[in-house]
Amino acid sequence: MKTLTLCLASVAVVGVAMLTGGCKKSGGDTIKVGEFASLTGKEATFGNSSHEGTLLAVEEINAAGGLLGRKIELLTEDTQSKPGESATVVNKLISRDGVVAILGEVASSRSLEAAPICQQSKIPMISPSSTNPKVTETGDYIFRVCFTDILQGKILANFAGQKLQAKKVAIFTDVKSDYSKGLAKYFKERFIAAGGQIIAELDFNSGDKDFKAQITAIKSANPDAIFIPAYYTEVALICIQAKQLGVTAPIFGGDGWESEDLVKIGKDAVEGTYFSTHCASESPDARVKTFVETYRKRWKNSDGTPKTPDAMAMLGHDTVKVLAGAIQRVGNTEGSKVRDALAATKDFDCVSGRITIDAKRDATKPMVILQVKGGQFKLVETINP
Amino acid sequence: MDWFLQQLINGLALGSIYALVALGYTMVYGVLRFINFAHSDVLMLGAFAAYFLSPALQRTGSGPSIISAFLIVVIAAAICAVIGMLIEFLAYRPLRQRPKLTVLITAIGVSLFLEYTGQHKAVFGANTKPFPKLLPERTIEFGTVSMQSNDIVISLVTVLLLAGLWLIIQHTRSGMAMRALSFNEQAAALMGVNINRIISFTFGLGSALAAVAGVFYAMRSPGIDPLMGMKPGLYAFVAAVIGGIGNLPGAVLGGLLLGLLETFAGGIPGLSNYRDGIAFAILILILLFRPAGLLGKPQIEKV
Repeated sequence: MKTLTLCLASVAVVGVAMLTGGCKKSGGDTIKVGEFASLTGKEATFGNSSHEGTLLAVEEINAAGGLLGRKIELLTEDTQSKPGESATVVNKLISRDGVVAILGEVASSRSLEAAPICQQSKIPMISPSSTNPKVTETGDYIFRVCFTDILQGKILANFAGQKLQAKKVAIFTDVKSDYSKGLAKYFKERFIAAGGQIIAELDFNSGDKDFKAQITAIKSANPDAIFIPAYYTEVALICIQAKQLGVTAPIFGGDGWESEDLVKIGKDAVEGTYFSTHCASESPDARVKTFVETYRKRWKNSDGTPKTPDAMAMLGHDTVKVLAGAIQRVGNTEGSKVRDALAATKDFDCVSGRITIDAKRDATKPMVILQVKGGQFKLVETINP
Repeated sequence: MDWFLQQLINGLALGSIYALVALGYTMVYGVLRFINFAHSDVLMLGAFAAYFLSPALQRTGSGPSIISAFLIVVIAAAICAVIGMLIEFLAYRPLRQRPKLTVLITAIGVSLFLEYTGQHKAVFGANTKPFPKLLPERTIEFGTVSMQSNDIVISLVTVLLLAGLWLIIQHTRSGMAMRALSFNEQAAALMGVNINRIISFTFGLGSALAAVAGVFYAMRSPGIDPLMGMKPGLYAFVAAVIGGIGNLPGAVLGGLLLGLLETFAGGIPGLSNYRDGIAFAILILILLFRPAGLLGKPQIEKV
């Protein structure tokens, strides 16, 4: 008797769970899409750019009549640029809000936190700009609309060897960041394979303020160029202290640099530095031009002037477009179907270029190298993979 | 050799900042026998005070000047002294007769409160903010060794403040009362020492030093955020323990030692990631052989 009651009870519980679960998924007249971004904290300008691009794309789609006759509802959560937060907010978006897909994050470390959760719940996740290869290796529900650090490392290694004429390079890595460690590794492999030499490898922790000890060591190794695969806050402080210590070797880095705060904090110390990124707002491409125009109309800087989008904004925009494209092709929002459609994305026109999702669920696209000149980011060259 | 000299300069400049913060920890410990964990966040508040003061004060002059820098540091120190006294009055005083552990936990609470309210959008926000130039900067070079004018100022001011602190403690009535209090609170009270006033004074003095250290820290690496106090705070606490907690010259010695250790360990390729580990391993060694710290005297607990 007791077992029977228990059985009945558990059936009832499962039934209720299924009912409520079912309600959430089909729920309402909107398509709920979750976004997690670093709206505050150390990588705040990345999160905000990405969020503004994402929101702009959602607004565009909704203004044009929505998706499958329904409006997209974007639910945004802030990760505060902190470890641990991403898992919490993505869990909440999936289990409480019942979103059909997850968009985010910029930083690889935080995307890596959320990816296993999305994979387990079979909710497709699209990262706008996490470049660490491990992100999409998590599982077949995880996608990205940008290149990986394998490619970025290769292109930067070529750039250092050819454009900067560097034979000996020093690398200064943020050991707390998956992005930084990954990019440093792939750069090193390619640079050594091309006949270059890594003469000093030093580390710091994100959040550090004093880098003089390591910079002094780098300086005494006398490198031809210094590679800093890190995010803009620390990069700006490192450039300031490098300048104070009389370092003259050119400094360069990856897509973690592209933020107005790099110049705001670094001022004249970041002048002349180079970095690679996804796309440039001054590109002559017609799609980029239109996007820059609409973005500048929609978003303002803190001083009220129109805001020019950066690569993060364009990639944020692209995540929505790629997702909407996939949902449109499937005709519903079921996770596994949307996943298959996402994986089949081919020659899809986006702001940052034509996106084809490859077998590893990464996007292969051209890349640009920018230089800081007069406090602005100027296009040096565009490189096709 | 150049490398060694350069790291020595880097380490001493960083160490002077740790020393200033360590003085605050050790003073409060000397008087109250507890660690004020919110001290590192007063450092952060000092940097933010300077950040908000500098546009107003620099506009009257022409950009960064010695006078405006002096005013900014003094006002920031005054603001933080008041904040330090307020923290003591609101959070620690009501618990003074309770077990020391209660106050210690409260101190951690105050610290977290300051850090996380500071990160709220309406307060400072969690973004790193560019810290303005307070002094005209110049790089002085000897061969390949370069020295920042700022670092020289920082070291000099640290020495001056230390001398000032010594004068206050050894040669003023308040200082004498502080010393009396640290020997025996009840006896000091019986001799007519106003305990509450002296404890307030100690917190004010310590917090003012933390504010100066905060401004200096921000001058060296001009990006400030509400969590910036954590690392120098931790290092300064360790410095105070290495030097012998409650002992003022010990705090300075510990601060300089730790600054040098961190810099030399951080400057070795391959080891730079372990610099905190190395610094703390040395702390453990020192405490194994000298449990009371380098300059501390062993204390006998009365039962």
